[in-house]
Order: sequence, then structure tokens, then C-alpha cells
Amino acid sequence: MSQANMNDPLRFYGVEMKSRLLVGTAQYPSPAILGEALAASRAEIVTVSLRREAGGGRAGESFWGLVRSLGLRVLPNTAGCRTVKEAVATAQMARELFGTNWIKLEVVGEEDLLAPDVFGLVEAARILCDEGFDVFPYTTDDLVVADKLLDAGCKVLMPWGAPIGSGRGLNNLFALRAMRAHFPDIPLVIDAGLGAPSQAAHAFELGYDAVLLNTAIARAGDPVAMARAFAAACEAGRTAFLAQPMEPRDMAAPSTPVLGRAFS
Amino acid sequence: MKIVVNGETRDVRAPDLAALLAELDYPPELVATAVNESFVRARERAGRVLTDGDRVEILTPRQGG
Repeated sequence: MSQANMNDPLRFYGVEMKSRLLVGTAQYPSPAILGEALAASRAEIVTVSLRREAGGGRAGESFWGLVRSLGLRVLPNTAGCRTVKEAVATAQMARELFGTNWIKLEVVGEEDLLAPDVFGLVEAARILCDEGFDVFPYTTDDLVVADKLLDAGCKVLMPWGAPIGSGRGLNNLFALRAMRAHFPDIPLVIDAGLGAPSQAAHAFELGYDAVLLNTAIARAGDPVAMARAFAAACEAGRTAFLAQPMEPRDMAAPSTPVLGRAFS
Repeated sequence: MKIVVNGETRDVRAPDLAALLAELDYPPELVATAVNESFVRARERAGRVLTDGDRVEILTPRQGG
């Protein structure tokens, strides 16, 4: 663990985390590679879901056994839910099964971009916060929606960088900068859309507190090496943010001293 | 009685949700349940009487992003 991480903790709902990289558990080539990649990522939080099980089936038991053996904190999601009722019921089921109040709340409103239904999201967030859930809302970069999510009781916001699984990085830098400036004290997590470690580093350089990604690691040619690369990029970006990057300039400014130049 | 389990219509005898899990060979401690899109807690399954046409969801942990 680096000095930077040890002295720079992040808190989600009062829980202190050292790692600023949250990782999904889907789409890996095998359970063994999933386990190796999670270890290489140094993530402390992994996202999981609930899905239908066939009678007599034990797929869930096998997966849950693997996750528990890794000793990581789980963040269950409501992925795929289209209505407030589905999302609330899924969150309630997740709380019972995973034994955590944490829920990554997704209410999908549109299929092409898997865009959040922000109206349903706010409504579901209010219900779940009232029921004692610690809600991590997957949202857009809209400030009005973000304010309403905070009013509903959310203490973390997770705006998209780009659509889920797209690997397009930070699509709207202006909006993401504005969000960071508008909510200086709220933990902000870029959730979804990151494809390369450089994009994760960029999110941290903007001042974002953490990133959550899945596909970029799981679908890489070598997921374990990519997990290591993302871990390094997150640390680099966060360290760079704390080191206060220089402001860009429009014109060149010589870095080598002008004084003493020959032939002058 | 015909009910829908995980999207599939089934002919079952179980009078309640707890009995349904046993009839269909689900380990009760490893699943989460809902009936007609409403969560049913594990301890409330025996009291959740099933009626014809009910839609039951039986879920377990799975990979997620």
C-alpha cells in the first residue's frame, strides 16, 4: 500500500476505504481469472447482482462462495430494473441475501444507451433511503437530478462517464467538472463508460473520489494485467490531483532558463 | 395450481412460498424471493399463501457490474 493511499482515505456512508477503484465481477473468462484480477486491482469493493436460479441449481452458491473467500465488501446492484417497483424489490432482496444496506441503484430508462431513468431513480432512492439503505445512485451528470438525489437521502453520487460498457471514457468533461465544483464535499464516483486506465486517471485529476468499472478489465485481453494497470492509474490520478496540476496556458513558456543562453 | 416461477409457468402443489422452495429444490437460505414484484422476507415465506397466477421470483447471487 502506498503512502498516498494510507494517508488519503475515502468514506462511503461512514466506512473508510483505502482503495479508490471499485470493480465489477461480471464477464470474466473464468472464476479463477476473476479472483486474480480482483486481487490485482487491489479493490476493496466489488459489485454483484441477483439473478434467477433454476430449481436445483447452485450457480449462485458457487459464485457467492468465491466472492466471500476474497474477503471484499460487496455493493449489490439493481442492474436491469426498469421500474421503481422492480428496483426497490431487488434492493430489498439484495439486502437480505448479501447482508448489507449498500445498494448500487440503477433504474434503466432507455435501452440504446442504458441511460438512467432519473425520475424513477429519484423516486426509488427516496423509498430506499427511508428504509435505511445506503444508496449509491447510478445517475447522469445532471446537477438538478443530483440535488434531488441528495434531498432523497443519498450521500454518494455516481455519475456516468459514458454509457455502460461503451469504453468511451469521460463523455462530457464540462458537466463532470461542474458537478465536482457544485458538490465539493459529496463523494463522487465515475460509474460506467471507462475503457482505458488513462481515462480513470483523468477522472481523478478532475477531483473525482473514485471510479467503478467492470467491462474494461473483464474484457481486456489480459484482465489481470489490466486490473493492475487500472490500480496504478487510479493511484497516479489521485496523487496528481492532490499535487495540484498546473493550469494549461495558450502560449508556450520556456522551461529551460533563458538567462545565460548562448548567442544571445 | 398454476403459478409463474422465474418467468416460467409451473404446475405446483405447494400452498405457500416456503413449501414452493422445497418442492422445487431450492436451498431456502441461499435465495431471495418476491411475489408479484413485492419482496417476501425469508421469515415470511411460510405465511405467504400462493394463489393461481401468482408470479414468483427466486434469485441468487450472481456476477454484476
